[in-house]
Amino acid sequence: GAPQAVRRSARGRERRRRRAAEAGQAAAMDRFVWTSGLLEINETLVIQQRGVRIYDGEEKIKFDAGTLLLSTHRLIWRDQKNHEYCMAIPLSQIVFIEEQAAGIGKSAKIVVHLHPAPANKEPGPFQSSKNSYIKLSFKEHGQIEFYRRLSEEMTQRRWENMPVSQSLQANRGPQPGRIRAVGIVGIERKLEEKRKETDKNISETTIKNHFSFQAFEDLSKLMVKAKEMVELSKSIANKIKDKQGDITEDETIRFKSYLLSMGIANPVTRETYGSGTQYHMQLAKQLVGILQAPLEERGGIMSLTEVYCLVNRARGMELLSPEDLVNACKMLEALKLPLRLRVFDSGVMVIELQSHKEEEMVASALETVSEKGSLTSEEFAKLVGMSVLLAKERLLLAEKMGHLCRDDSVEGLRFYPNLFMTQS
Amino acid sequence: MSKQLDMFKTNLEEFASKHKQEIRKNPEFRVQFQDMCATIGVDPLASGKGFWSEMLGVGDFYYELGVQIIEVCLALKHRNGGLITLEELHQQVLKGRGKFAQDVSQDDLIRAIKKLKALGTGFGIIPVGGTYLIQSVPAELNMDHTVVLQLAEKNGYVTVSDIKASLKWETERARQVLEHLLKEGLAWLDLQAPGEAHYWLPALFTDLYSQEITAEEAREALP
Repeated sequence: GAPQAVRRSARGRERRRRRAAEAGQAAAMDRFVWTSGLLEINETLVIQQRGVRIYDGEEKIKFDAGTLLLSTHRLIWRDQKNHEYCMAIPLSQIVFIEEQAAGIGKSAKIVVHLHPAPANKEPGPFQSSKNSYIKLSFKEHGQIEFYRRLSEEMTQRRWENMPVSQSLQANRGPQPGRIRAVGIVGIERKLEEKRKETDKNISETTIKNHFSFQAFEDLSKLMVKAKEMVELSKSIANKIKDKQGDITEDETIRFKSYLLSMGIANPVTRETYGSGTQYHMQLAKQLVGILQAPLEERGGIMSLTEVYCLVNRARGMELLSPEDLVNACKMLEALKLPLRLRVFDSGVMVIELQSHKEEEMVASALETVSEKGSLTSEEFAKLVGMSVLLAKERLLLAEKMGHLCRDDSVEGLRFYPNLFMTQS
Repeated sequence: MSKQLDMFKTNLEEFASKHKQEIRKNPEFRVQFQDMCATIGVDPLASGKGFWSEMLGVGDFYYELGVQIIEVCLALKHRNGGLITLEELHQQVLKGRGKFAQDVSQDDLIRAIKKLKALGTGFGIIPVGGTYLIQSVPAELNMDHTVVLQLAEKNGYVTVSDIKASLKWETERARQVLEHLLKEGLAWLDLQAPGEAHYWLPALFTDLYSQEITAEEAREALP
């Protein structure tokens, strides 16, 4: 029974430091064992923090950038660059912990004083070490919260009530000269399968195991605040409805942009943030610049899907959502821009140059079909150099206008000139 | 409202500074995050201009995925008529992303596809036997067609007798549905099968899963 509790008296700390130093000959870093980093069934993740460096006593060692995880049973460190470097130390090995405040050019630290390694310890990164303590340096902050949680775990000692299998924690880690030992792959695969199986019965507890508990907590708090925003927007929308006419155009526009920012559907019109925000107007104008040339290359017409891909590929980042694109396109006509949005009966949406007259294209389509006797959408598309989707729409439009008629069989949809019309 | 909005923006910025990585790297966390948003009535993917997109980067993640999905579906359309299993779509998208790209889950694909529906592309999600078929062309598929697709999922093909036995339909109804699938290019007719005609669904051929998209198919896909 070693003293485990965290105490605050300076004299007590000094005493324990000396005692730990005496007890540990091979100390500190050799306490670590290699691990796959996967948690056991009874083991729960408490908190994790990126950007942590480990010191062996006062010495910097090669583990300079890693994610530190605290579970109910262990302290786990995983290299950020090479996830295979993953090692752990059982919490039961910790004698006591203390904080070291940040200084100029120095990150805040937690000093962890350790028992000597047990004789039957699994392999780890160090065979021996002359220190009895390690330091965890929090280069990306998070020291305060981590210290608080670690203290809690040390007090509660939950690992004593929830045993985990020792052998499954073992891992020989990256071998010099080899990527992995074959045995490790087998063990890790089994652990991964086990984890996948647990995934199938996903419950709140299991989800918390798989990512930071802190993240989950923070997310829940954030959602509470977001819900307040939703409620607020509903009450404002009600005021707008009641005071029809008293609300200025400006205020309505501003309200719509708030909805846009929050991702809240417009409670008045039920469209997501409604069309007509400043953002969409600007976007519509930008689209003209981007699409003019591509449209001319493609015979004046493009499907909205093509436009979506083209615009987003060109942007690279800060991409448009499908709804952004649709809402911007809906404003093209109103803004008297040289492009327009058109929706075919089938639901297919296209952008056309204002100068493009699809009905006129139908005349030339009729010529092409007549020349060949009959054509399917695919054949027509290939001849004219259009996408099959738009080729089909053109032929359907021609049919609608009475110039073509169809032969719909299992061999496909084929279009013929409508002789009923031309030969009357 | 603008004061509250600014406050919320600050809260979100704080959350992003701590957990943005988590969202990008952890598919399960993404699911949690989006389910919670849906519960309170917020759509974080509605707009690239929304706070969520701007600060958490979720927008770019899903909108880019949308582009990749469109391209894969276009490239493979001539093989499967515009119907593809979620598994195959997932595999092909992962291949296209390369080994250094962020991992995407099937849940991610479904969410991206739901957003793509706004483009009027005819994207549909059809549940079959524990997974999903993704429709990427505006072919009209009603309940009858869907039910037959589900029936075909087991073996990759279906016959008129299968339909009559399982669904208790008249022959004529079964034949009409199968003819429609043939016309739309979603099914292939095999008259040389033992017994009666087999209607195969190329979308369900597991052999095709590992086949690479050819250069010509890729050219067809890009505008």
